Amino acid sequence: MTSPTTYSSVVPLLAILVSMLTVPLILFSSRRTNLREFWTLAASVTKFGLVFSLLPAALLGQAAQIRLLQISPGIDLALKADPFGVFFALIASSLWILTSVYSIGYMRGLKEEHQTRYFASFSLCLSATVGVAFAANLLTFVIFYEVLTIATYPLVIHKETPLAIRAGRKYLAFTLTAGVVLVAATAATIQLTGTSEFEPGGLPGIQNLSPVEIKVLFVMLLAGVGVKAAIMPLHSWLPTAMEAPTPVSALLHAVAVVKSGVFGVVRVVAFIFGSETLSRFGLNDVLLFLAGSTILLASILAFSENNLKRRLAYSTIGHLSYVVLGVALLSPSSFIGALLHIANHATMKITLFFCAGAIYVNAHKENINELDGIGKVMPWTMGAFTVASLGLIGIPPINGFISKWYLGLGAVEAGRGGALIILLVSGLMNAGYLLPIVCRAFFRDSDALNPSGEASKWMVVPLIITAFLSVLIGIKPDLIFYFFPLAQQITQGVLGG
Amino acid sequence: MIEASLPLLVPLTFLLFALIIPLFGVKTPTVAYPMALVGTSLAFFFGAYGLVWVVFEGPISSQLGGWPPPIGIEYVLDPLSAFMTVIITGVSLLVLIHSRHVVTVEHSTKRVPYYGVVMLLLAGFSGIVSTADLFNLYVFLEISSLAGYALVAIGEKRSPVAAFRYLLLGSIGASLYLLGTGFIYIMSGSLNMADVARILPVIGEQPAVIAGLILMVTGIGIKMALFPLHYWLPDAYATAASVSSALLAPLGTKVGAYALIRILFFVFEPTYVRETIPLTSIIAWLSVGGIIFGSIMAINQGELKRMLAYSSVAQIGYIGLGIGMANPLGFTGAVLHMLNHAFMKASLFLIASNLRVQVGHSNIWAFDHHLRRQMPWSMAAFVVGALSMIGLPPTAGFFSKWYLILAGIKGSNWIFVAVILLSGLLNAVYFFRVIERVYLPLRKDPLVQSDGATEFQGWRGREVKFSMLAPILVLSGGLLLLGLLNSYLVNGVINLMIPVDL
Repeated sequence: MTSPTTYSSVVPLLAILVSMLTVPLILFSSRRTNLREFWTLAASVTKFGLVFSLLPAALLGQAAQIRLLQISPGIDLALKADPFGVFFALIASSLWILTSVYSIGYMRGLKEEHQTRYFASFSLCLSATVGVAFAANLLTFVIFYEVLTIATYPLVIHKETPLAIRAGRKYLAFTLTAGVVLVAATAATIQLTGTSEFEPGGLPGIQNLSPVEIKVLFVMLLAGVGVKAAIMPLHSWLPTAMEAPTPVSALLHAVAVVKSGVFGVVRVVAFIFGSETLSRFGLNDVLLFLAGSTILLASILAFSENNLKRRLAYSTIGHLSYVVLGVALLSPSSFIGALLHIANHATMKITLFFCAGAIYVNAHKENINELDGIGKVMPWTMGAFTVASLGLIGIPPINGFISKWYLGLGAVEAGRGGALIILLVSGLMNAGYLLPIVCRAFFRDSDALNPSGEASKWMVVPLIITAFLSVLIGIKPDLIFYFFPLAQQITQGVLGG
Repeated sequence: MIEASLPLLVPLTFLLFALIIPLFGVKTPTVAYPMALVGTSLAFFFGAYGLVWVVFEGPISSQLGGWPPPIGIEYVLDPLSAFMTVIITGVSLLVLIHSRHVVTVEHSTKRVPYYGVVMLLLAGFSGIVSTADLFNLYVFLEISSLAGYALVAIGEKRSPVAAFRYLLLGSIGASLYLLGTGFIYIMSGSLNMADVARILPVIGEQPAVIAGLILMVTGIGIKMALFPLHYWLPDAYATAASVSSALLAPLGTKVGAYALIRILFFVFEPTYVRETIPLTSIIAWLSVGGIIFGSIMAINQGELKRMLAYSSVAQIGYIGLGIGMANPLGFTGAVLHMLNHAFMKASLFLIASNLRVQVGHSNIWAFDHHLRRQMPWSMAAFVVGALSMIGLPPTAGFFSKWYLILAGIKGSNWIFVAVILLSGLLNAVYFFRVIERVYLPLRKDPLVQSDGATEFQGWRGREVKFSMLAPILVLSGGLLLLGLLNSYLVNGVINLMIPVDL
């Protein structure tokens, strides 16, 4: 349990500001759409470059730190790009580039209205996500977390249909409630322990609390971050939020927003309580139970969805809980597996959503039973879909296998046979609800399908890249982004040894 | 030595302009507006200078007519007074900048008396916060109240009724306060606050002192609309003229809250109102009632100004709760919320006024999504104000609630914490109700083609004049800045005013 050595740097702040400052630029170039899209792309590339520049230090276990100003007695608005923060920011910012390209194809392909609002909100969301990743303490985390909540709302209601508006209400009801619980939990943490600075292995003062205080605090913090992490029974906003345009579902509802929740779970478990405190009070069992039942229930519910995006949403709920499960097992291997799954699930699920969006733009199909023969019309798209599906099931050499392998290894290490069984059963269920789509697409014929070929290159290229990334990371996990060494680094810091 | 008379300068400036505006305005009514602006700017300058001076050099006392304190009337500018003076003068300056067009439209023939009465109101407010004399405070309370009745009464058709009710209850409140002052005077033989504060511990727990305290607090409770004494407020604010409600709602109740703090913690001792008689916990529980009642009533309102008025009842509850928790964090939260709420409510009432001028009504049910095109800036400011009212970071509203939550946890008052959190959600319900209507097409609109061609019809066409927009934008920007920079305010100013033994 070693705290990373810190060096002061303004890069974490710049990484957040770059997309925040893009928002007015996007708003003021609403009439000149090419210029507007240029801002988005420029911001996404710059942001990725900034985050990437933090990687070498993170691999050495160092953290870039910047303290901005005091926002409450004794608490600063502070950013600290520790290895875990860099890990998450890297995923979000790299996929944002692809999603931006894809968004342009999607929005123009559908001739959507309110594109300016869409791109502006998207940009703000990414600022908040990186803010969540780099927050050095709980209060800073809460601030960016709430900004993320609000910035996502315009994207959820984007279509402005009655359904979308209702989805927006549900989204706000869940996330704002979670927000106030999180605020209360943060205040309590600060009052009881005197600090809220994230510390690998837990806050120094947390062991002095009474059992009741620890339990209440844990439940409140978990409820606060659990809504975005879609842990059952706090999940039901996510399938409803599929009313949003598909790029939003792809990046926010499979990567940025929901992973912020999972990221929060990891922060709470490993950086506030620490494994010792959790296992002393049996709180990791609670978490294991919740995660395990979420994985199974979400997979069952995924079967019953005929709408492609909603099925993917339930699949996301299940896979988010893989991460929670891995963290709750508290063994080094499972922790590595959980971290890797944050990245791996991101590349796979974003591919699936990209495919769903491409199908929607091109063939205007949303339901699975209408997809007969679509693979013959859109071979590249459905090829990528197949790769990502196999990855989610856990078939090598796609990256889903690696994280699942480590999760399984961790379950054995921790002596939790039940968790291992859940993982295996869930893999089969993943196959059960994803492969029929692939079969329909490639092996059935349909006369109703209008053969119009692939969607525009703006959309197909990103989804091929993400599918390719899934395979590449599966074959060589320490390539390009160094996710594997980074995960090792984080685990070492958190669990020691 | 201008500094020595700083406590007096602000109320005197307002009084002076209250006199000369009618004098000059008789011949040329158009001078009323610029003169009011000059007067308020001058007062704001004095107020800001006073705050800087007090923070760096310590409190200033000045004696009226050169009579030494227990006999003569004393004015004191301490950090709390100076802070309140800046809020009053700053917010009213912004509201008055905004007022030119609205006052011309709503009371074209009564411009001169209107601005005269406004100056009188502000003289009363700033007098209350700078006097150090219990009876003098009553005088200023009456000055501001009388001006307030007049300002409410010049509103809509129904507003005289509301003003009359306000007058009845306000007079009862003032009388109770006066009665209480009498009790204290009989027992202590003094009206000077510092003097009374020195004498009271010597007298101890006399029934007459307790009676006096309770009468004063009840009287002030009516003035600050502390639940369940809020009865006059919703009608008065909702039916008053736009500018009047934008002045009264952010400032009037805050001045009452100031008086409450002054009496409870500075004239009496914190331990006295906390332990000898459990007055602060009674106030805290009443505030809890006010927060819940005000929020739920606000959800039921169909008229924007009335909704904001009920929301005020709830927000005063926050301030009351902070005072009632009677610990340093609660005090900080209460004082910070006075500033933040003044900004939020001023901004929101001014936006309601903009809506009345441009659209002709502020009926929430009649809002539709064309507003987002017609008044993009006003509506964006509304969203900022609403987010702050809900208490979402990084707006100012979050941080005053944050201190209140910290205070609640510190005192293990879990119910208070729960109520603060719950009310944030209730606020979200009634503000997002409006935001949805303004930004989203909730109803099918036959005029809009499916390709959205008519959407662009009113683009930038009907946003309000710059003079009506600028104050709102300043207030919205202020909400963000006050949020992010709150700890400088808390460390630099508010920490100075926390009573020693709180």
